[in-house]
Amino acid sequence: MSLVGPVPGIRTTCAYCGVGCGVIARPDGRGGAAISGDSDHPANFGRLCVKGAALGETVGVGERVLHPLINGTRTTWSRALDAVARGFRETLQAHGPDSVSFYLSGQLLTEDYYVANKLIKGFMGSANCDTNSRLCMASTVAGQRRAFGADVVPASYEDIEAADLIILVGSNAAWCHPVLHQRMLAAQAGRGAKLINIDVRRTATSVDADLNLTLAPGTDSVLFSWLLVQICDSGGLDPDFVERHTTGLGEALAQARMIAPDLAHVVRATRLAAADITTFVAWFMAYPRTLTCFSQGVNQSAQGTDKVNAILNCHLASGRIGKPGSGPLSLTGQPNAMGGREVGGLSNQLAAHMGFVPDDIARVQRFWGAPQMARREGRKAVDMFDAVARGDIKALWILHTNPAVSMPRADFVRGSLGRLDHLVVSEAFAGVDGLLERAHVVLPASPWGEKDGTVTNSERRISRQRRFVEPQGEAKPDWWALSEVARRMGFAKAFAYQSAHEIFCEHAALSAFENNGSRAFDIGGLATLSRAAYDALAPVQWPLRAGESPQERMFAAGGFFTPDRRARLVAVDKPSLREPTTPRFPLILNTGRVRDHWHTMTRTGLSARLSTHIREPFVAVAPEDAAALGLRSGDYARLRSAQASAVLRVEITPQQPQGQVFAPIHWNDATAGQGRVSALMGAHVDPLSGQPESKAAPARLEKVDMRSYGFLTTRRHLPLPRWLVHARFAIAGGEGVMFACECPPADLYALIANYLPDSGQRATLRHEGAGRFRTLVTSRLGIETLLHIGPQRDEAALDLAIRHFATPEHDSALRRALLAGHAAEAVDDRGPVICVCNNVHAGTIREGIMAGARDLAAIGAACKAGTTCGSCRPEISVILAESAVLAPPMVPAEFSHQSS
Amino acid sequence: MRKTLVIVGNGMAAARLCAELVAQAPHGYDIMVLGAEPDSAYNRVLLSSVLAGEIDEGALCLHPQDFYAAHHIKVQTSAKVVALDAEGHNITLEDGRTMAFDKLVLATGSQPLMPPLPGMGLQGVMAFRDLADTRRLQALATRAAEVMVIGGGLLGLEAAAGLVRRGARVRLLHLMDRLMERQLDRAGAAHLRRAMERRGIVVELGASTSGILGENRVEGVALADGRSFAAEAVVWAIGIKPEIAVARNAGLEIGRGIKVDDQMRTSHGDIYALGECAEHRAQVYGLVEPAYAQAVALASHLCGGDTSYEGSVLATHLKIAGVGIFSCGDVQGAPGTNSAVLEDAASGIYRKVVTDGDRLLGAVLVGDTDDAGFYRDLVVQGTPIGAFGADLVFGPQFFSAASQVAA
Repeated sequence: MSLVGPVPGIRTTCAYCGVGCGVIARPDGRGGAAISGDSDHPANFGRLCVKGAALGETVGVGERVLHPLINGTRTTWSRALDAVARGFRETLQAHGPDSVSFYLSGQLLTEDYYVANKLIKGFMGSANCDTNSRLCMASTVAGQRRAFGADVVPASYEDIEAADLIILVGSNAAWCHPVLHQRMLAAQAGRGAKLINIDVRRTATSVDADLNLTLAPGTDSVLFSWLLVQICDSGGLDPDFVERHTTGLGEALAQARMIAPDLAHVVRATRLAAADITTFVAWFMAYPRTLTCFSQGVNQSAQGTDKVNAILNCHLASGRIGKPGSGPLSLTGQPNAMGGREVGGLSNQLAAHMGFVPDDIARVQRFWGAPQMARREGRKAVDMFDAVARGDIKALWILHTNPAVSMPRADFVRGSLGRLDHLVVSEAFAGVDGLLERAHVVLPASPWGEKDGTVTNSERRISRQRRFVEPQGEAKPDWWALSEVARRMGFAKAFAYQSAHEIFCEHAALSAFENNGSRAFDIGGLATLSRAAYDALAPVQWPLRAGESPQERMFAAGGFFTPDRRARLVAVDKPSLREPTTPRFPLILNTGRVRDHWHTMTRTGLSARLSTHIREPFVAVAPEDAAALGLRSGDYARLRSAQASAVLRVEITPQQPQGQVFAPIHWNDATAGQGRVSALMGAHVDPLSGQPESKAAPARLEKVDMRSYGFLTTRRHLPLPRWLVHARFAIAGGEGVMFACECPPADLYALIANYLPDSGQRATLRHEGAGRFRTLVTSRLGIETLLHIGPQRDEAALDLAIRHFATPEHDSALRRALLAGHAAEAVDDRGPVICVCNNVHAGTIREGIMAGARDLAAIGAACKAGTTCGSCRPEISVILAESAVLAPPMVPAEFSHQSS
Repeated sequence: MRKTLVIVGNGMAAARLCAELVAQAPHGYDIMVLGAEPDSAYNRVLLSSVLAGEIDEGALCLHPQDFYAAHHIKVQTSAKVVALDAEGHNITLEDGRTMAFDKLVLATGSQPLMPPLPGMGLQGVMAFRDLADTRRLQALATRAAEVMVIGGGLLGLEAAAGLVRRGARVRLLHLMDRLMERQLDRAGAAHLRRAMERRGIVVELGASTSGILGENRVEGVALADGRSFAAEAVVWAIGIKPEIAVARNAGLEIGRGIKVDDQMRTSHGDIYALGECAEHRAQVYGLVEPAYAQAVALASHLCGGDTSYEGSVLATHLKIAGVGIFSCGDVQGAPGTNSAVLEDAASGIYRKVVTDGDRLLGAVLVGDTDDAGFYRDLVVQGTPIGAFGADLVFGPQFFSAASQVAA
C-alpha cells in the first residue's frame, strides 16, 4: 500500500473558449492547482490548447478584489448589498423599469445567469439585460432563430470526425478554438476530409487548409449566395427536404441570383479566383457530409445575421443538416455564451428559449410567481450604453465583464459610465481597466476555480464547472449576491436559493414548463436531479426531455421550432460594408484574438508562459501598404479611426491583404498604453442581432518616429502613464513592460526613473552619448527592477533579464551582465589581476610556476609580475607557496639528460 | 680608461637605473651611487604596506645585498650631495668631500610639501615620506593615538588606511570637495570616500587647515572655518615638490623640476636627471612607472643605444585600504567628450570611461580594477575603440564575439 496516492483531481471545464474542454484540477493546497485535460470529456478527450494547459499558472495569482467597496471604501457584504438593493429600488421608483439594466458575461455560470435574468426581467420589470455575448454570438442567435425558429446549433463535435468536407468561415480556429482545429486536422489526416478556409486574411488556420478563399471583407454572402444558386441550378438541391421541411427558398434564391448573378460578378465582388470559387462549389456539391464551422468573422458584422442565414440557406437547400458529418456548426467564443442564451441572458430573449410574446410572458410569470414582468425586448449592448450616456439608464449592474474595454467605441462607453447614478460591478480582478474606479458599489466575485455550476459549450453540451480552490478574501458566487439583493428588494420567496443546484433544477424545470416539444431547449430530464446527482453530473447534450435521451443532432427530419415547423430560407441583403473606406480612412481595420491571450487578459495576462508568444499589441499590415506608408516591421504607427486612435507596433506580413490591417483586441490601459483597439471600432450594429461590426472599421496608419525604446522587468507592478506607448506581460516572478517613446532616451529615463522603487541596492549605467540608461534594483529577494532604455530595441537584453529574473542569487557578474544586456562572452578564468602595473593575472603567475619559475625573480622574468612597483610581491609569494606542492619537481640537468 | 658615472640619489629610480645598466651591459662605467638616507635602496611604494603591517621591512629591499658588489657598483649611504660644479664635473658632499664624475645622474626624488602654518614646528608634526616616518607612524598607531592626516590624495589615503589598520584613530582632512580630485571624478571619489568611512576613517572635505595647536607637542588642528579637532599627531600628505636645490644652484635649466630631453639629458650634456626630480616635456611625475621607463631610456643612452623616453600616460593603479583605484588619462570628461558610467555599489564597482570619437581618453575604476590593464592599454596606445561599441564600460569580457574579431 502506497502512503501517498495520486492527488485527487476535480473535474471541471476550461475557463476560456466555447469548445468547453474538460479539465482536471489538482489543487496544490496553497491556493493554486495543476491542470490537465480530462480524457473522458467528449469535447477534448484529454487534449488542451496552450491557454488551457496554462490555466494552473493563473489560479491563486493576480491582484484580486477581496472585499466589497462602496465608493472605493471597504465595507461589509451586508452594507454593500443594502446599497445595491437601495440603488435599484430608488431608481425604479423614481424613473421606472427602463432606467435599470444588467450587463452580463459569457464567463458567468448558467445559474448566475439564471438568477440575474429572473431578477431583472421578472421582478424589476425590465428586459435591459444584455451580455457580452452580444459582441460575440448574437448574429448566430438571430440567424438560427430566424431559420430554425430556435437558437439551436444542429450539429455536434463528433460530426468533425464524420465529415468529408469541413468549411471554416470567419474563423481562425487554429488560434481561437485550437482543440477543435486539432480534431479537424486529425479528420483531414485520417479520414481524408477536405478543409476549406474562408477568411479575409490568411491566418494560422490557412496553413493546413486544402483550399484557402481569401475574400474581400463583407462578401461572404456573395460567395454563399453563389453557392445557393449553384446548389439549385446544378442538382445540389434536396427537393424532398426543402419541400417537406422548409419555406422561403423562392425568395431566398431570387435574392441570391440578384447578389450573385454569374461567376464573373462573384469574382469581381469577392476578389477570389474563378477556379477557387468553382472548386469550393464543386466540393460542397460532391460531399453530402459537409460541416460548416463559422465564428466571429461571420457574427461580428453589421450584416452578421444575413451572413449566418446565407450559410444556413445552403445547408437547408441541400439537406445538409442534422446528419452525421453534416450541418452548420457555430463556434462560440466564450465558455458559457450558450448557457446565457439558454436562460435568456440576451435582452431580446425572455427565458428558456421563450420570447416577448404574450403567451411566453404569461407562462414565465406563472412559473416564477413574478410580480412585475418585462413585457418587451430590452436594450441591446450598444443601445444600452447609448442610453447610459444619454442618462436614460440610471442604474447598471455589470458582472464579470469590462465594457469599458471590450465594447466598440470603448472610450465613449468608459466615459458614459460616469453618468450613472448607480453603478454596481461584480468583479474578481482588481486591475481591470477603467471600471472599478467608476463603480459606486464593487462586489468581490469568485472567478473560475472558486465557483460552482454549469456551462454549455458550442455543441449544446452542459458540463459541470466545479470549485476546486477556496474563495479568496470575501469573494462570493454571483448567484448568491444577486439573490441577496433580490431578498433586500422584497423578493425573498422567489430567491431563497441555498445552492447552485437548486437554481439549476429550477432552470431545468422552466425549460420543460408547458413545453411539450414546442421549444427546443428542454432539459426537463435534469429538473429533478438530486444534489449528489447534480454534483456528479457528466457532460450531457440538450435537448434532454424528461424520460428521453439526449439528442446529438437536430433537424435531420425537420421538426423546426417555427409555428409551422418549417425552416426558413432567408432572402439576405445585398452585402456591403456599413462604413466604407474614405480617402481620409483608406484602410479596413479588422480585429480579433491572438493565440495565447483571451479577451482583456485579466486571466491569460497572469501567465508568463502565455505572455511569451506575443508580448505587445500590434497592427498587421500588408507589404504593399507598409511600403506606401514608409513603414518597416518593428516601427510604430498610430492607427486612427473616426472614433479613436492607438499606437501599435507594425508587423508587416504577406498574410494581410492589401488595404486591410489587423489588430488584436486584448490590450487596454491596464496592460498597455495607447493600445485600446476596441475604442477604434464604430458602433454599427446588425439590425436584427444588434451585434456590432468589429471586423471592418475605416482607419488609417501614420508612422510614429520613436527615439527611445526600453523595457522593465519588475517584481511589483509599476504604474506608468497612459500616454506612454507600452505593453505589460507576465514573467516568472513578476512583470515585464516594453515601451517606446518619441522623446530622447535621457528624457524617457528621467520619466521612468520616477517610478522605480527607492529602496534596495542600485546599480546603474549612464551613457549619455549613446543614449543608454540602465538601472538595476535588487533586494535580498533578488531582482526588484531592471530598467533598460536606449535608442534601439534590445530584445536579447530583455530575454536575458527574463531568464534571470527569478534567480535569487545575483552575483557581481550577473549584475553586470543584466546591465550590459548580454552575458559575458569571454569567460576570464585567469583569476584576479595580481600585478596591476603589468596587468598579470594569478593564473598567468601559476602557469609560470608550473613552467619552472621558483622565485620572485624567475616569475618576474617569466611574466613581468612584480617587476615595477613591487607592491604585489607579497601576493606572488603566497601563490608561490601554494603552487609549490603542485608544481613538478625540478629535475637536475644531468638527470634530465640521462632520462631523455 | 673607464669613465665615472655618479648617481645622486638611491631611491627607486636609481635602483632601476642600476639594474638597467647591468642588464644592458657592457656599459663601460665605474658606477657610484650616493644615497642621502641611511638605508640601502628600498621600495618607497611599499611603505604604506609596511605601515599597514601587510609586509615587513625586509620585503622593501630593491636589490639583494650582493647585487651591487657582483656588478661592481659602489654605494654610499648617508651621503648627501650639497653642491654641483657642472663645468668642473665635480660634486661636493655634506661632509665636505668632493667627487669628480664624467657623467652625473640626478635622481634626488622629491620632498614632502610642508606649508608655513603656525605650529608646524611642534612635536608630532610629520610627513609620510621615508622609512623613518613609517616607523614613527607605526609607533603612534600601536598605541591607538588620535592622528590627523592632512591631504586626501594617494599618499594621505594610504597613510590613513595604514594607520587605521594598525589601530590608530584617524581623521582625514582634505582641502578639496572630493578625494583624489586629480585622478577621480566626483562619483568615483564618492565611492572611495564611502569605502574609507566603512573602514573607520572620518573624512572631512573642504577642510582648510589654518594652524596646528599645542604648546610643545601637537594637541589639535584648527580649521579656517573655525572648527578644531584634537590630535596627537599630524601627518602632512598634501603633495611633494621635486628636490632640485643642487641642480638650481649649479645653473641647470629648471622648471618645476630639472628639465630633461627624451634621453633624460639636462641642459648640461654630461648631466642627466630622472624620476620625481625631473621635468620631461613639462611633466613632473610623482609615480614609479614613469621613473622606470625613464631609467630604461637613460640606460640605453648611456650604453650607446637610442631608446627614447617620450612621456608617460598618467595611470594610477593601486589599492587603498583594500579598495582598488585605477585612474588613467582624462577622467573628467571635457565638453564634447562622451562618458559612460557604470555604478554598482553592492558589487563594489564604479567605472567611468571617457571617449572622444574612436579613442578612449580616460578611465576610472574604483573597487574592482581587474580591467585596468585593458583600459590603460587602450588609452596609452590610442587603439580605435569603435569595435567595442557602447559596451566598452562593461569590460573586455562583455564584448560580443563579433566585436572582438573586429578588434
